[in-house]
Amino acid sequence: MGKTIIEKLWENHIVHQEEGKPDLLYIDLHLVHEVTSPQAFSGLRMKNRSVRRPDRTFATVDHNVPTVNRFTITDPVAQNQMETLRKNCQEFGITLADIDSPEQGIVHVIGPELGLTKPGMTIVCGDSHTSTHGAFGSLAFGIGTSEVEHVLATQTLWQAKPKTLKVQIDGELGEGVLAKDVILYVLAKHGVNFGTGHIIEYCGSVIENMTMEERMTVCNMSIEGGAKAGLVAPDDTTIEYLRGRKYVPAGEEFEALSTQWKKLASDEDAVYDKEIHIDGSEIAPMVSWGTNPGQTAPVTGRVPFLNECKTENDKRAVESALAYMGFSEGQKISDIEIQKVFIGSCTNSRLEDLRMAAEIAKGRKVHKGVQAIVVPGSQAVKVLAEAEGLDQIFLEAGFEWRDSGCSMCLSMNADVVPAGEHCASTSNRNFEGRQGAGARTHLVSPAMAAAAAVHGRFVDVRKLEAAEAVH
Amino acid sequence: MAGLKTFTGKAAGMDRVNVDTDQIIPKQFLKRIEKTGFGQYLFYDWRFLSDGTPNPDFELNQPENAGASILVANENFGCGSSREHAPWALLDYGFKVVIAPSFADIFHQNCLKNGMVPVKLQEAEVRYLLEQTQNQPYELTVSVEDRTVTDSKGFKAEFPLSPYWQTMLVNGWDEIELTLQMEDSIVNYEESAR
Repeated sequence: MGKTIIEKLWENHIVHQEEGKPDLLYIDLHLVHEVTSPQAFSGLRMKNRSVRRPDRTFATVDHNVPTVNRFTITDPVAQNQMETLRKNCQEFGITLADIDSPEQGIVHVIGPELGLTKPGMTIVCGDSHTSTHGAFGSLAFGIGTSEVEHVLATQTLWQAKPKTLKVQIDGELGEGVLAKDVILYVLAKHGVNFGTGHIIEYCGSVIENMTMEERMTVCNMSIEGGAKAGLVAPDDTTIEYLRGRKYVPAGEEFEALSTQWKKLASDEDAVYDKEIHIDGSEIAPMVSWGTNPGQTAPVTGRVPFLNECKTENDKRAVESALAYMGFSEGQKISDIEIQKVFIGSCTNSRLEDLRMAAEIAKGRKVHKGVQAIVVPGSQAVKVLAEAEGLDQIFLEAGFEWRDSGCSMCLSMNADVVPAGEHCASTSNRNFEGRQGAGARTHLVSPAMAAAAAVHGRFVDVRKLEAAEAVH
Repeated sequence: MAGLKTFTGKAAGMDRVNVDTDQIIPKQFLKRIEKTGFGQYLFYDWRFLSDGTPNPDFELNQPENAGASILVANENFGCGSSREHAPWALLDYGFKVVIAPSFADIFHQNCLKNGMVPVKLQEAEVRYLLEQTQNQPYELTVSVEDRTVTDSKGFKAEFPLSPYWQTMLVNGWDEIELTLQMEDSIVNYEESAR
């Protein structure tokens, strides 16, 4: 019987295997940021331990950084956390893309951008959205701080082998339907724990036709379905993306690696523990209406009625979401008014995302009473976007153009949504209070977010001109 | 870390599904660089009203739940962010055990690494426990050695726990110390992978 890419990656990294124990896996790349690492470094210090492979460890600051006046950090606790990372990286010999570095950015944006992320690797980070790197055919997953400490000390992790789950998306996406809509559709259809205990492989024509940035958007939200990781087999698209990047070998070595990478693809007769099949042509632009990413509907749809809930737990979840979001049953998505727009986060802050939003923003104006911010995923993305004039398009339309960071995805910095306000957000979580106490988040694609900024409510990007004629 | 063989304590019920780690410990409290002191912020947005006073409707603020050390929760507990601040906050508040029909993977792992026991029971069993915790103090005994949860009324349920984690929890072992003893295997791997 053939093997899935998941099994191949797993087996390639086993350091030690023993009956009755999890497998000891080798970790090829460890990404570190300021929020989930301080306690791990102090753990090392307490036991007089060192970092085993600083050369396989790379750090940046992203969660706490301001997106305006980035060198003026007013929160002393945040300042201390960033200063602590700085000291830790110095003491343990780890490369840090600090706040003043042109390489600084959201950890899941800069890893691929710099070519640190490569196919066939095991990649971890103290951050659940590490699944993003799976887009390159790597086994990438989020870990807690104890595990961060374990990887720093040993470059390994004890892991029980998860099950395999194939998510095959065939057909073709309609006009205006983006990668974000695809993953939101999967979550709307299969819920927020369909992937628990599994690693997902995404495949099918829709995934094959996606760019690397689109694949990253899909893999990014695997964790929102409860999966340990999500990945896509490396192909020519992957190889062309990586060619010439800073930490990717060049010349013959690259060609040799490329050949190896392609062999990682799942064998044709490989068997998965579970399979999900989706017809891509059924997917519409999606908008989350509730307080978990599975509570999502097409822009043409509505919030459910309580009597449509299949289980008692489902009903309980819908009831509490409606109360928090200030909605009544059956509310139409197109009637939701929004006050904030956030275009950014490790899900949707790359150059293509910004281009798609700018396309909508071009020649239009942000609706009265709406504050819309655009936060590039990295300083490198910012430079590229400015080189093609995207910043000017946004600024002319009334959007704010910021510096890179996690920003309003989790609002650890000053970018907060006030209580009761609705935010069209290209981020990944619509949990209660995520964007601020009482803030009401709606997860959407960059195009849908830009369109919402212009109209002050959700409109179908596929019918944008028509919608404008009405208003 | 101290070992944990058997534990008896008061159980508090929290009948909510998909409780995410943003609720367990909201992001504004993640800026500390220590592992301690997070208990005061546990479930902050639910536990306190906007003026900072305790929310009288919140489960853990009910008088019968004062001093609870076992949390009985509902499905997909601990979903979302990988923040280990979530188990740190639960531990610092006084919880030693969380019981639920299902847990998110990273949270489950984070509990084990901190010596907190994530107990997975059948839905009907959890439903029974949630009912028992309603409006009255209720005590449970959790045995890591036997992998059982029992009460004084004859309730007994078994929970899954791998032999590996059972040993780690009972003895309170440091996982890094164990791994460092495997230096030879790690070196071998590094040499063969090059």
